[in-house]
Amino acid sequence: MREILDCDVAIVGGGIVGGSAALFLRRMGLSVTLLERDWCGAKASGVNFGGVRRQGRPLEQLPLSQRAHAIWGRLPELIGTDAEYIRSGHLKLARSAPDLQALIDYRERSAGFGLDLEIVEGEAFRRRFPALGDRALGGSLCPEDGHANPRLVSPAFARAAAALGAVVREQTPVDRVERDDAGRFVLLSGEGLEVRATHLLNTAGAWSRRVADAFGEPVPLVSLHPNMAVTEPLPRFLDVNIGVEGGGVYGRQVPRGNMVVGGGRGFALDPDRARPQRDAMLSLMHDAAELFPQIRHAHVIRCWTGVEGYTPDRNPVIGPSRTTPNLFHAFGFSGAGFQIGPAVGEALAELIRDGRSSAPLDAFRIDRFPPTTITTP
Amino acid sequence: MALLQRVAEQGRRVVRFTLDGIPVEALEGDTVLTAMLTNGDRLRRSEFADTPRAGFCLMGACQDCWVRTEEGERLRSCGTFIEDGMRLVSRGEWDQGGPGQGEAES
Amino acid sequence: MSGLRPVIVGAGPAGIRAAERLVAAGLRPTVVDEAARWGGQIYRQPPDGGFTRPKSALYGFEAGKADAVHQAMAAIRDRVDYKPRTLAWNCEDRALDLLGDGVSETLPFSHLILATGATDRVLPFPGWTLPGVFTLGGSQVALKFQGCAVGRRVAFLGTGPLLYLVAYQYLKAGVAVAGVFDTAPFDGQLRAAPGMLRDPATLAKGLLFVGWLRAHGVPIHNNVRPLRAEGTERVEALVWSRNGREERTVCDAVAFGLNLRSETQLADLAGCRFRFNEMDRAWLPERDAAGRSSVPGVYIAGDGGGIAGADAAELGGERAALALLEDAGLPVEADRVAVLDRRLARVAAFRRALSAAFPFPEDWASSIADDTMVCRCEGVSAGTLRAVATSGQAREINRAKALTRAGMGRCQGRMCGAATTELLARALNAGPGDVGRLRAQPPIKPLPVAAGRPSDEAAS
Repeated sequence: MREILDCDVAIVGGGIVGGSAALFLRRMGLSVTLLERDWCGAKASGVNFGGVRRQGRPLEQLPLSQRAHAIWGRLPELIGTDAEYIRSGHLKLARSAPDLQALIDYRERSAGFGLDLEIVEGEAFRRRFPALGDRALGGSLCPEDGHANPRLVSPAFARAAAALGAVVREQTPVDRVERDDAGRFVLLSGEGLEVRATHLLNTAGAWSRRVADAFGEPVPLVSLHPNMAVTEPLPRFLDVNIGVEGGGVYGRQVPRGNMVVGGGRGFALDPDRARPQRDAMLSLMHDAAELFPQIRHAHVIRCWTGVEGYTPDRNPVIGPSRTTPNLFHAFGFSGAGFQIGPAVGEALAELIRDGRSSAPLDAFRIDRFPPTTITTP
Repeated sequence: MALLQRVAEQGRRVVRFTLDGIPVEALEGDTVLTAMLTNGDRLRRSEFADTPRAGFCLMGACQDCWVRTEEGERLRSCGTFIEDGMRLVSRGEWDQGGPGQGEAES
Repeated sequence: MSGLRPVIVGAGPAGIRAAERLVAAGLRPTVVDEAARWGGQIYRQPPDGGFTRPKSALYGFEAGKADAVHQAMAAIRDRVDYKPRTLAWNCEDRALDLLGDGVSETLPFSHLILATGATDRVLPFPGWTLPGVFTLGGSQVALKFQGCAVGRRVAFLGTGPLLYLVAYQYLKAGVAVAGVFDTAPFDGQLRAAPGMLRDPATLAKGLLFVGWLRAHGVPIHNNVRPLRAEGTERVEALVWSRNGREERTVCDAVAFGLNLRSETQLADLAGCRFRFNEMDRAWLPERDAAGRSSVPGVYIAGDGGGIAGADAAELGGERAALALLEDAGLPVEADRVAVLDRRLARVAAFRRALSAAFPFPEDWASSIADDTMVCRCEGVSAGTLRAVATSGQAREINRAKALTRAGMGRCQGRMCGAATTELLARALNAGPGDVGRLRAQPPIKPLPVAAGRPSDEAAS
């Protein structure tokens, strides 16, 4: 017997974007079915570095990022857990004069967005961040940025949506998706489940191409695998979340004492799974120990990576399909979707309810990628 | 006081090291675990609960026998041999401003 | 032939017999082992320097076998690349990553024999992290490898052949044995006796241990359930129950274990397919009778592919090496293969009987109190694990790990994996094979940050 679910909105993908979209749609009173092939929040949303950071984003992301910042401040109310979220500050280090200048420039350009960036350098920097004083000329501090435990946050959005009445089905791959004569979406999972919906949200992360392709809308999305490592617990030496201008290595110490560091890339085992790569692990350990000498005697107890979708311009695709009415995409966050994810979910809910979002999304239109540039592997 | 009791092989050369700053003795061929637990009853305190730990499997699987040197190095004590002059610590490094307190599992 | 680069991980009975067979065929295998000296856990040798006990004192009835295994390795020492004190911490793209002397190096292989052995399987009880509670295997290591007892008055708790063997060895070494507390019912052991007669020597040894212990006034209790180890800074007593009656036994150490569990992390990273094994109640790498895994050129020998003991490990190691030679197109003696296959088949039958004699305490998961710490690395309680299962948040062990941190610490679930599996299965009203398998992650054991190296150097 095939089970048939009828709803206003079907969502493919239960990561932080799909989960938060489901939650905000339910809060608006729309009926929602969320289908997740794995477990909600088990992919990139749940295994990322855990940085909750506005600083350093391209300016076009900052309005969404600011909205997300407000949502993060209400986590317990929204999802029933603080998920170890702390507003520790995010400090972006400059290891050269040009890098420091780049941070100063970014502060100027982002001045209207409310990040409250503060450039700290020289003696003041060493006094304020004694744990980091020798490795950088200075840095840019975003005092209200922070970090959280992604393993807890991301599943909690889908769980909160379910508590408000969303139908959430895990271990439920979408095998076929099409439109019926009335223009409604029909999603099939195996032989057992059929979901009919007026609107369709494609929030399938690195696998979003499958849905986009089904509607004649190929996108230049590639899967990459950010490499992470965590040490055994250490006495606290660091509260701020650390990044470096120009990229490379990043790190945060969780309140339990473990140091989480990231940098480099893992490799794909298959389209669904990835694993840390040996040279990436070893160079991450080396680079992290240079940046954080406090970990030089520690041990790495676990390395991991995930499967994340990247676009050529490293901005996500957010907004309506160009081929199919009532289809909306949100994917391709290119390694930076965790912090803005909840605001993207909220914006998608607005798009569906109102036809427009109060956050500017033009920069994320899917048609910025001309179809001619797209090559399907 | 000592957790482990020597019952054989006591004719080995004496090795001198310090445990929490106090000079003590072990025998050549002792692991750091044996050296510490024949002179005391723990290896360290747990990072999260401030309870004593003294290893468990003695064969490199449980990873519960990590100890610290005064220099800050960390040794898996069941698989490291004691050497003259080692300066080992069994007091909690979490005592001052460490994590753990109030970090109850949720 | 010179193109073959066989690598063996583990220098216990399986690894040594595998190496011996490859050397006999003219190959030069690399043997990687974490220990400083060969022999594995069961035939572990004392450290170099000043240890004088003869093998008869160290290995008892098994002294002959231990010596034969040690001699086998000594005889081929010059014809293998032996890497002691070396951890294989990763397997990727048909190469191992090794840590020795604080430096990581990558070792490509054409063929890989994983003889990674086993450690004690444990199920937590209140107080199991107190100083003085050690595994049975660990208690034996203390005695054999260090000439130490884990206490002055030791309680032996759990089930399996090792329970009686180690109690016996402690008694022989002059240590007071506070009692043997077997979680298995005695009638199960009687029922299993006919199956164990397939290996009369083993049965006779078991009876001798029991007889010796009884003759020396050591109480032996069956059908025991541990309630708690008491003490604040160290063990002061073991509180246990039988048939609902609570008893307290004063002791300063508890040696504890419920048979063994296989070390399977490298097989996982090598890409081997796993299958749930009902007898071991664990996910094990699939292997054929010769030890071939699902990955061509990767073989599993000894307890690392399922618990069968040291004799089976010797046979399995040699058999896996013969399979490797066959697969590489080299000649093998068909007669020898037939002999090994026959002996391995007999071991399997004996193994079933042992498992019947020392059954897993299936009621543990329903009886353990919520506040008992299950994951000793991360301090995760039974109640926390039950809560994520019964609330629907985790229907599978890797989800439970992600949400609770159980299995996420330094040991990567080696100590809590069995308990977490049983707890989830019970809470979800499922079988232990229905809640998934903890995925291995590199490094399979903690890796010093100092082993890192700059990327340009790594790329070269």
